[in-house]
Amino acid sequence: MLLIPCPWCGERDESEFCYGGQARVSYPPDPWELDDAEWAEFLFVRDNPKGWFAERWVHTSGCRRWCDVLRDTATNRVAGSSRPGGALPEVAV
Amino acid sequence: MTTPLWRSREPKSSYDVIVVGAGGHGLATAYYLAREHGITDVAVLERGWLAGGNMARNTTIIRSNYLWGASAGIYEHALRLWEGLEEDLGQSVLFSQRGVLNLAHTTHDERESVRRVNANRLNGIDAEWLTPEEVKKLVPIIDISPELRYPVLGATFQPRAGVAKHDYVAWALASGADRLGVHLVENCEVTGFTRNGDTITGVETTRGPISAGRVALSAAGHTSVLTETLGLRLPVQSHPLQALVSEVMEPVIDTVVMSNTVHVYVHQADKGELVLGAGIDAYNGYSQRGSPATIENQVAAAVALYPVFGHAHTLRTWGGVVDVSPDASPIIGLTPFNGLYLNCGWGTGGFKATPGAGHVFADTIANDRPHPLAEPYSLDRFRTGALVDEHGAAAVAH
Ligand SMILES: Cc1cc2nc3c(=O)[nH]c(=O)nc-3n(C[C@H](O)[C@H](O)[C@H](O)COP(=O)(O)OP(=O)(O)OC[C@H]3O[C@@H](n4cnc5c(N)ncnc54)[C@H](O)[C@@H]3O)c2cc1C
Ligand SMILES: [Zn+2]
Repeated sequence: MLLIPCPWCGERDESEFCYGGQARVSYPPDPWELDDAEWAEFLFVRDNPKGWFAERWVHTSGCRRWCDVLRDTATNRVAGSSRPGGALPEVAV
Repeated sequence: MTTPLWRSREPKSSYDVIVVGAGGHGLATAYYLAREHGITDVAVLERGWLAGGNMARNTTIIRSNYLWGASAGIYEHALRLWEGLEEDLGQSVLFSQRGVLNLAHTTHDERESVRRVNANRLNGIDAEWLTPEEVKKLVPIIDISPELRYPVLGATFQPRAGVAKHDYVAWALASGADRLGVHLVENCEVTGFTRNGDTITGVETTRGPISAGRVALSAAGHTSVLTETLGLRLPVQSHPLQALVSEVMEPVIDTVVMSNTVHVYVHQADKGELVLGAGIDAYNGYSQRGSPATIENQVAAAVALYPVFGHAHTLRTWGGVVDVSPDASPIIGLTPFNGLYLNCGWGTGGFKATPGAGHVFADTIANDRPHPLAEPYSLDRFRTGALVDEHGAAAVAH
């Protein structure tokens, strides 16, 4: 079980959360500018690192707010969390 | 002294074809390259030990009753190859066509299931719709009483589906490939590629560079880690997928039963262990382990459907790293780089495809164009929008 540090509630069991995938993927500023390949990239392609990954979790059974978490996908170590878009800890890659 | 089934080789400095990953798909690809296409100067490079990845971790379910035509094409091709594999390889893989049921628990399930049965039949695949009483006849331990939170409303049934023993499959393919001259190289991690412009000329490995005319990726959950070194981003996400076995029990179930809605599937290994699995852990992960809550949920679902399981104990749980694509279908074919070929995105259900994927992939590599059955599975489908969307349609994962 992962222990997720909610920025508002503190560390809670993973079972209180739902996963939201890669953090900080923003909607295209001008959708009309995108060609099919760029849409495919936006819709279907996300980073998939073996290592540090900034990801989104929503504290469904708690404060019901989203946060960003920095987790190592190879070891499950969690470096820290922030409000969406906030500062995450520096990690050595 | 017994003769080993296959030899673990020292790598040469150059090969016609390098296959990355000695899972079932990589081994089958090498075997068919040698046997069907006469390409025998082939190495399969494996970072760990042969078939120690998902090939050693899957729950061995084989079926071809997917919804869409493209899926029927490739999975049924694989099933036909399974039906002749033991004879072809001259070794037992304990292929057992004990049938697979996919339960329906809601009106929606029922409609989707009947639709899939009809689609399967149109595609020439054996499929039947069973009533709850017919399910009970095949699976006497199942609870079909209407009081269940998710009562059994019926099931789809594919009699030709079943299981095979994953280790035996890997060893038989390894032995077949080895006999034809393929080099199986263990403890040799591919860390990058050598290239000349847009042409791949070989790989960098933990045991030095190796040049190659063609490089074929069958690295399952690690495929995007490799292509990332070329700046090639793939629409796959790597997740933990877990399974478990019980202690050895007397025979209680002689078919395979899957359920999407309560999300558990079960069959009984020849040794007597109950084999249970479910879906991925939601988060990305390469640790080959998932969270206990995932196991808890599938066990709760299993005990509700099969009350006798309440007496069983879990013997062990484990996890693999599966690469899931947005439409739950594989990616097979060419890449923007000359001489680089992709076979990935099989996610939670690629064991059943092992001989078919290897067969089609070998043909794709040998002829430098997609095999007709691979055409719908190009990387380009995410740009054109021609997805093979088996996500909701595929009964359950695996
Ligand atoms: C718990 C579980 C249950 C499953 N149940 C089923 C099921 O019932 N039915 C079904 O059809 N499918 C099932 N699957 C899915 C199936 O196991 C996979 O889709 C399939 O095994 C993938 O192909 P493979 O055998 O070649 O993969 P793998 O065996 O994972 O092969 C990939 C190989 O590549 C190697 N590799 C990775 N990176 C590198 C590198 N850089 N250099 C060298 N080598 C590298 C890995 O070590 C690995 O050995 C299950 C998977 C899991 C984890
Ligand atoms: Zn919270």
